[in-house]
Amino acid sequence: MTKMVKTLKEVQEGIVEDFSMYDEWLDKYEYLIELGKGLAPYPEENKTDDRLIKGCQSRVWLDWKMEEGRLLFSADSDAIITRGIISLLISVYSGRTPEEIAADDFSFLDRIGLKENLSPTRANGLVSMIRTIRRAAESNL
Amino acid sequence: MNVEEVRKLFPGLSGTVYGKPLVYLDNAATIQRPACVIEKWNDLSIHHNANLHRAVHKIAAEATEEYESARDTVRAFLNAGSREEIVFTSGATASINLVAFSFGEAFVRPGDEIIVAESEHHSNIVPWQMMCGRKDAVLKVLPVDGDGHLRMDLLESLVTDRTRLLCVAQISNVLGIVNPVKEIVNICHSKGCLVLVDGAQGVVHTGADVRDMGCDFYVFSGHKVYAAPGTGVLYGRREQLDQMPPYMGGGEMIETVKFSGTTYAPLPGKFEAGTQNMAGTPTLKPALELAEALRDKELTDYTDKVRDYVLNALLSDERIRLYGVPRGTFNKIPLFSFTVKGAHHEDLALLLDKMGIAVRSGQMCAEPLMDRYGVTGMLRASFAPYNTLEEAEYFIKSLDRAISMLV
Repeated sequence: MTKMVKTLKEVQEGIVEDFSMYDEWLDKYEYLIELGKGLAPYPEENKTDDRLIKGCQSRVWLDWKMEEGRLLFSADSDAIITRGIISLLISVYSGRTPEEIAADDFSFLDRIGLKENLSPTRANGLVSMIRTIRRAAESNL
Repeated sequence: MNVEEVRKLFPGLSGTVYGKPLVYLDNAATIQRPACVIEKWNDLSIHHNANLHRAVHKIAAEATEEYESARDTVRAFLNAGSREEIVFTSGATASINLVAFSFGEAFVRPGDEIIVAESEHHSNIVPWQMMCGRKDAVLKVLPVDGDGHLRMDLLESLVTDRTRLLCVAQISNVLGIVNPVKEIVNICHSKGCLVLVDGAQGVVHTGADVRDMGCDFYVFSGHKVYAAPGTGVLYGRREQLDQMPPYMGGGEMIETVKFSGTTYAPLPGKFEAGTQNMAGTPTLKPALELAEALRDKELTDYTDKVRDYVLNALLSDERIRLYGVPRGTFNKIPLFSFTVKGAHHEDLALLLDKMGIAVRSGQMCAEPLMDRYGVTGMLRASFAPYNTLEEAEYFIKSLDRAISMLV
């Protein structure tokens, strides 16, 4: 029997559920920090200006490539909470087809309260990260 | 006056964030507004809302009186020689831009020099860069040392007979060190160079006696000293202001207007083009009266205690690097910018925010200073006379908790 691969929606539901366990915002941040610490290493030589995302107080580099019809994302930041957010985005979107990503509305981020609870500059950074992911998908449709 | 009595004057301080009491430590960005300012602001907006200096009707006369009376208050607060030397603007940035344009037009020739300190806020750098570009002048920099003190030993040789103006903060918004402005003025004046002092941070903490300081221009923003936002002051010596052309044309800055040519109003009207901030500017009066009252001995002793507590706590923590280390405690205000080894300033600010503490993180509008110290940003906690020792202790405890979450 082939291994069941979770759909994009299923992964998102899992994250929403994870976050719903925490009442306190500090605990959510603790969770994001843990995710940030576990983020896969990102090559130093890819920390270039063209991969730098505008609109963050911290620096964020986001890179992608296509492999066997799927988009693979890698990213890094000098701030750990931002790394946590990146880690979330990568766990959801990396390895998905451009069609799946382009059809998604990214609304799970609102449901875990990420957008409104981050500082304005950080929220802008999140918006820029989403835009970059979406653009990568659209350019590979 | 004790700190609890002071807190009662500021309705915003009793607020909560995320269900926790607000600990507001971003006072260097903007200070909270006292009820007396908010009341004045409302009263003017409701009962005296009329344009200034123009109409003969009753409420216009009252509005004008309030506005001009604030000018007298500012003059007295700064100990300026005359009310004509007080120009109202929208803030310190607007005041500096005004001087950069008008002083540049009047006094700066190709090859002349302007000096700014390395620790200046962008608002005291960029207008001078722009002016130097227009005038073909040279922008020179007075550096700071590792502890954040101006390199006074270099000043003498930096000022030449081509230097027209030196621009320096009374207190840097990052370092919190009180700069030796009087000494700077003496050196500059002995070489025929004028001095502009940016009082954005100084005005609330140490006040300013412009005649004692001897500076030629002094600027500050109202919102950092309890007044309404969008208010600001430029003090300039009459002999300079008289020779400087207007910055903006229009409104009440004229004497007569003909298509064959226009003559300008006398000081200070010449520099106050367009409709002024008629509800905001008069709040400078209760604001500065309060600033003066808050400089009473009991309260400043208390604020010093808060400052010393935070200073010692930050200096004795090996994970923390403080920028702007005082030599002798007298010359540092309760403003602390620092970095933490292994923890990003933005992460720290986000976690502190969730604990109810408002601090600033980032470059603090002083990118050259960030470059000087080789950092992408810092965390800044800036205290006001209404901040308590308990808040300071909670801040230090919360900072420790945030650091251990991150590192």
